[in-house]
Amino acid sequence: MTGVLVVLEYRVQDGRPAWNRISWEALAAGQELAAHIGQPLLAAAAGESPAAPAAELARKKLARVYAVEHPLLQLYTADGVTLALEQLISSIQPAYVVFPHTYQVRDFAPGLAARFEQTLIADVVGIHADGAQPVFVRQLLQGKLNADYRHSGDGPCFVSTQAGAFRPETVESGSCEVEVFRPQLDASKIRSVPFERFRMAEQTVDLTSAPLIVSVGRGIKEKDNLPIVEELARAMGAELAASRPICDNGWLPMERQVGSSGQSVSPKVYIAVGISGAIQHLVGMKGSKAVVAINKDENAPIFEVADYGIVGDLFEVVPALTAAVRKVKGA
Amino acid sequence: MKIIVAVKQVPVRDSVIHIDSSGKWLEEQDLSFEINEPDAYALEAALLLKEKHSGEVVVLCAGPERAGQTIREALAKGADRAIHIQSDDLVKLDTLGVARLLAAVIAAEKADLILTGLQSDDLGLGQTGVVMAELLGIPHATIVMELEKRENSIRVKRELEDGWFQWVEMPLPALLTIQSGISKLRYATLMGIKKAKTKEVRRLDAAQFAAPAAPTVSLDRVYLPHKKKETRIIGGTPSEAAAKLADVLKFEVRVL
Repeated sequence: MTGVLVVLEYRVQDGRPAWNRISWEALAAGQELAAHIGQPLLAAAAGESPAAPAAELARKKLARVYAVEHPLLQLYTADGVTLALEQLISSIQPAYVVFPHTYQVRDFAPGLAARFEQTLIADVVGIHADGAQPVFVRQLLQGKLNADYRHSGDGPCFVSTQAGAFRPETVESGSCEVEVFRPQLDASKIRSVPFERFRMAEQTVDLTSAPLIVSVGRGIKEKDNLPIVEELARAMGAELAASRPICDNGWLPMERQVGSSGQSVSPKVYIAVGISGAIQHLVGMKGSKAVVAINKDENAPIFEVADYGIVGDLFEVVPALTAAVRKVKGA
Repeated sequence: MKIIVAVKQVPVRDSVIHIDSSGKWLEEQDLSFEINEPDAYALEAALLLKEKHSGEVVVLCAGPERAGQTIREALAKGADRAIHIQSDDLVKLDTLGVARLLAAVIAAEKADLILTGLQSDDLGLGQTGVVMAELLGIPHATIVMELEKRENSIRVKRELEDGWFQWVEMPLPALLTIQSGISKLRYATLMGIKKAKTKEVRRLDAAQFAAPAAPTVSLDRVYLPHKKKETRIIGGTPSEAAAKLADVLKFEVRVL
C-alpha cells in the first residue's frame, strides 16, 4: 500500500461544479501527510460527470487524479459513494485516505472505513510526524482537550480533516494526468431514495456581511434574559447572533445561528457572550477580525480563539459593557 | 414497531477535567456523568414514535457500572427495557470494536429501527451509528431532524451544511443518527421513576462476546490544547472590565 489519496467533494449547482471548500483544506492536509511519509499524493472526485472538477485538480501538484464516474453518482447516496470508493481504494491501494470532514463525509466515510475493517480518525485538526509514523491530533470534549491518535496495522488509514484546520493556499500547483475510474454500480444496491435539497426559508438576516456581531450562547440561561444582550447589540449597532442551542430552543430564529449548520461570519468584531466555544460554533466565527469572549469559565474553548476576554458573570458584565459603550460613543 | 436506542454516558458538559496518570484519559473520580445529549434526543424521538405507532423502546448502553444510572433515567422517561453491555475498558477499543459489541446485541433483537445520537460529546468521532449500520447491513441516514414512518419504510429530513436540508426515504429496518435539539426533551415523572425500578435491565459482560480484533486506531495521549492566540484577559470588577473593554473597542479595534 502506498500513496495518500484525498477524496474531494463537489456538487453540481446551477449546472456547474461547486467544491465544498473544506475539500481544498483536506488536500492541503494530504499534501502535508504525503511530504511527512515521502509518498505520492493522489486525488479523486466522484460524480455523474466529474471531468471538469478532475481537470481543475489536474492543475495541482499531484501524482494522479481519479475521476470516479457513474450515472448513479448524480445524487449523493451513502450506498452509491461507499461502493464506488470501495472499488477505487481496492484498486489503487493507498496507505492513507483523507476526506474533508463535511456532513456528507460524516454520512458515509465511517461505514466505508469499516468495510476495510478500519476506524476513521475523524475531524483531525493537525498532523505531526513522529519518524515515519504520522500522529493525528483530534479535539475531545468539545475542544477542551486534545488527543494524539495513531494508526497501526495494514489496511488503509482513513482520516477526515476539520473545517479551518489546514491552509488551502498551501496546495501547490503543477500538472498531472487524469484517470477515469468507472465503478461497477447496480441501482438495486442503493437502498435509500434522496429527494431535492432545499432551504427552509429565504434568509432575511445576512450575518455574513455584518461588521459587528454580538452573539449569545447557553450561558444566558433563559429566554427572558435575552434583552440584556439585545441592549448591548443595540448600543453597539451590532447584529445579534447565537449559538445553536439558543436557536434550537426557539429563543432566536434559526437564521441568527452561527456555526457549521448556520452562517459563517467574519465581522470586524465578534462578541461571544456565554458561549463555551464548541467546535461546531468556532468553525462559523473563526474568520472574525477580533473576537471578544465574556464567559464565567476561564477554561472555555472560546478563549482559545479570543483576542480579548473577560472572565466573569455575564449578567454583571454585559449591562456594564452596554453602559460603557454608550458612554464611549457619546463622548 | 420495535426501536432500539443506543445511548452513551459521558462526562457532564461543564466538568472541570484532570488528566489521569496514564496520560490517556481523565481522572474519573472527579467527574459526574450524564446521558450524551444527542442520545437524549434519539431517545425522545423513539418515545414519540412509540406513542404514535405503538411498539417497544429498548435502551442499549455499553459502559461501566456507573452507566446504570443513565439507563435508569432512560427507563424512567418511558423506555420499556434495557440492555447494558458492561465493560470497564471500552476506552481501549476503537469505534469499530465498540460498534461490533453493540451490533451483535442489536442483530439478536431484530428491531425495526435503531436510533442513536449523531455524535458523543466526549470523543466526538460521530461514527458509531454509521458503523453499526454497515455491520448490520441495513441502510442509514445521519444528522436527522424529522422522521415520518411509512408502511415499510421511513422518511427522514437530514440537515446539510449552510442551512440546507434534504428528505431521504429508506426501507426498514434502518439506523438513524439524531441531531440535538430537534424536539423538547421530556422529564421523567414520579410515576415513571417508580415504574423504572420494575423494568428489565439485561446485563451482559463484554468479555462474553467474541474477543475484539486488535484496534487499528489508538489514542496515544491527551493534553490541554496549546493556545494558538494570545488572549488579553481584561480584569477588574465587572464595571471596570467593561469600561476597559469599551476603550479597547474604540481605540484599538476601532469599531465604536
